[in-house]
Amino acid sequence: MIVELGHFTLVLAFMVALVQMSLPLWGAYRRDARLMAVADPAAVIQFLLIAVSFAALTYAFVTSDFSVKLVVDNSHTAKPMLYKVAGVWGNHEGSLLLWVLILSGFGACAVWFGGNLPATLKARVLAVQGSIGVAFMAFMLLTSNPFLRLELPPLNGTDLNPLLQDPGLAFHPPFLYLGYVGLSMSFSFAVAALLEGRVDAAWGRWVRPWTLAAWIFLTIGIALGSWWAYYELGWGGFWFWDPVENASFMPWLIAAALLHSAIVVEKRESLKAWTILLAILAFGFSLTGTFIVRSGVITSVHAFANDPARGVFILMILGVFMGGSLTLFAFRANVLEAKGMFSVVSRETALIANNLLLAVSAFVVFVGTIWPLVAELLFARKLSVGVPFFNAAFTPFMVLIAIVLPIGAMLPWKRAEIGRVVRSLRGALALAVAVMLLIYALQTGRSTLGPIGAGLGAWVVLGALTDLWQRGGRGDFGARLSRLGRLPRADWGKVLAHSGLGVTIFAVAAITAWATEDIRVVKIGETFPLGAYEITLQAVNKVEGPNYHSTMADMLVTKDGAEVAFLHPEKRFYPVAGMPTTEAAIHQGAFRDLYLVIGDPQDAGGYAVRTYIKPFADWIWGGALLMAIGGMFSLSDRRFRVAAGARPAPQVTVAAE
Amino acid sequence: MRKLLLALLLIGSPAFAVQPDEVLPDAGLEARARAISANLRCPVCQGETIDDSNAPISRDLRLAVRQRLLAGDDDTEVVDYIVNRYGEFVLFMPRAQGSSLILWLAGPAMLLMGAGVAYATTRKRATAAEPETLTETDKTRLADLLKK
Repeated sequence: MIVELGHFTLVLAFMVALVQMSLPLWGAYRRDARLMAVADPAAVIQFLLIAVSFAALTYAFVTSDFSVKLVVDNSHTAKPMLYKVAGVWGNHEGSLLLWVLILSGFGACAVWFGGNLPATLKARVLAVQGSIGVAFMAFMLLTSNPFLRLELPPLNGTDLNPLLQDPGLAFHPPFLYLGYVGLSMSFSFAVAALLEGRVDAAWGRWVRPWTLAAWIFLTIGIALGSWWAYYELGWGGFWFWDPVENASFMPWLIAAALLHSAIVVEKRESLKAWTILLAILAFGFSLTGTFIVRSGVITSVHAFANDPARGVFILMILGVFMGGSLTLFAFRANVLEAKGMFSVVSRETALIANNLLLAVSAFVVFVGTIWPLVAELLFARKLSVGVPFFNAAFTPFMVLIAIVLPIGAMLPWKRAEIGRVVRSLRGALALAVAVMLLIYALQTGRSTLGPIGAGLGAWVVLGALTDLWQRGGRGDFGARLSRLGRLPRADWGKVLAHSGLGVTIFAVAAITAWATEDIRVVKIGETFPLGAYEITLQAVNKVEGPNYHSTMADMLVTKDGAEVAFLHPEKRFYPVAGMPTTEAAIHQGAFRDLYLVIGDPQDAGGYAVRTYIKPFADWIWGGALLMAIGGMFSLSDRRFRVAAGARPAPQVTVAAE
Repeated sequence: MRKLLLALLLIGSPAFAVQPDEVLPDAGLEARARAISANLRCPVCQGETIDDSNAPISRDLRLAVRQRLLAGDDDTEVVDYIVNRYGEFVLFMPRAQGSSLILWLAGPAMLLMGAGVAYATTRKRATAAEPETLTETDKTRLADLLKK
């Protein structure tokens, strides 16, 4: 009964969304306040209805209702409760329900936090948001209904894929979706602005928080996924340039560009058309990502739905929304008049460079991702594009961004002298070069990747700190410090996020350049060296988990005779799914992770054992977390909290120079 | 991620990709073998290198790479040997030849185009911005004021 209620509310939400996308739009065109006013309650009701629907599906999973097909396919009574709940979105239909829940949630937030938006803009934003809801709910109801019942319910389910039964991955999809779908708000604002024919500083201020929020969620979601891959897949890889990873990475890059260009719109009323285009493209890449994941067109393990009917439907959604919005853009972009003037050397130009590099790097990822498809269709060549291509084609852009970033971040608006900025960055530059040379000298005979990454990382972090120091103004230490305390949070956000990027750049280079690997057969009781450590395989035991059998090793790690850690790498077998997994044992350290994996017993006795030292592994995600925290600081900035646009926020300015 | 599909396909034990018995005694040769196989795709898996793959054919390829290295081939000869037998599909980094040139040039071309458009735009903005700058006398006066 509850399941049918969920099904019913989903259909109802679809109807409400139909109203939400049509009446307010007509009202905004006719300047009819009554029609426009329909948008607010419609958005909220739509959200509540979908929430009921989602709760109903969750209920079915939690109570293991095996008359529901989706629950049978993705759950099992022996599964821990966390994964019963996570199972709701660990599949195609359920994840779409989460998608529309978040979509309508953002719409409702626009009602709750958008009190001071002009009536026509708000009505249009909500109408566009509603139209996206209509498209996706139609998709669900027609091709991917999560509420289908089975005539003959089985006794038990077939379990969720064991690899997905992991806390990191339980929360990875919700965050990614919050990011993907959050970009729908930027899209709605962009289309609404085109319909209005007006983009000004206030618009920039409204659209930026939504983009920022989406970007923060994407950052966390991608980091969670990467972290999961690192500890779950059994050999410590953290990024594979897999089509599905790329699908989340492209919107992230574009959203990062959009964040920066929205600042220019807000502060200088320039780059308007470009910002609108980016907002459209960012959501376009989100939809493309959904298409790639859901259609299985570029086959990858993530594509759990390989049904062409679904692929065609999403392609149609993509075509309608991108085709429609880009056509609108082509007709209306010329009414967006740029105001602010700036010289060739200025913050504006630096942000254009940032946008250029981010957008082109996203384009490179895009071309690389779809190239196998294009080559096969157009040139009848079956080829692969993988890690080495992306490393070679993408990395140069990141290097350029890292080089330009500290200088660009400190250039004043409008008109700048590059010499002055470079002078103030002399210390940072000298230190970064010193780090690079020192590391080059220390690691004789290895790749140059390590020193370059370390130098760039240091340059970005030190540059951010120099920026912060300069913002403290003149005077003694105490005066500077108190000024720093009063800086707008957006400035702190900028410093934190940029430092995070520096940390991640360094960590990626470090782990790639300096990881140590050891593969060997080890007999029980045997000791072997790994770098400066000694590892002893003490025992291998059979252990029973709640829904799996485990082969667990006891491995003692010592350094100079002193115990460092006692670790238990496992090999698990999930009988219901008939799937084995490896559970690496990781000893985390500030500067390195020890990564131990137990393998198969060998014919000649002993076990295959893989061990790694992964230098600075946690810094990769630490950097990502710093970026996200920076974003949050920026999001909590006063100017977004005060009545945005209604009155200019009093600026707590400090003389920059 | 790729292990997942593979495990689904093979439903066997999650054997490690590179087995201890494959590792060459010569560390230098082994390092070269690893570098080469990191760029070779397992022909029957989804986007896995032969290094990470558990498929029997990947093991054969890993052994073939090592055999060629022991026979004294250089890195390009080893890769050619594999590509001649399995086609360019096994290369994770497509060679910049024929239509694949588009793949390699798309990024740089876009960058140049974008940079051109951006430069033109900023120039336009900049010429419009000229009158707003300070004159020399203004500058000296400002400097005086700041000193006080």
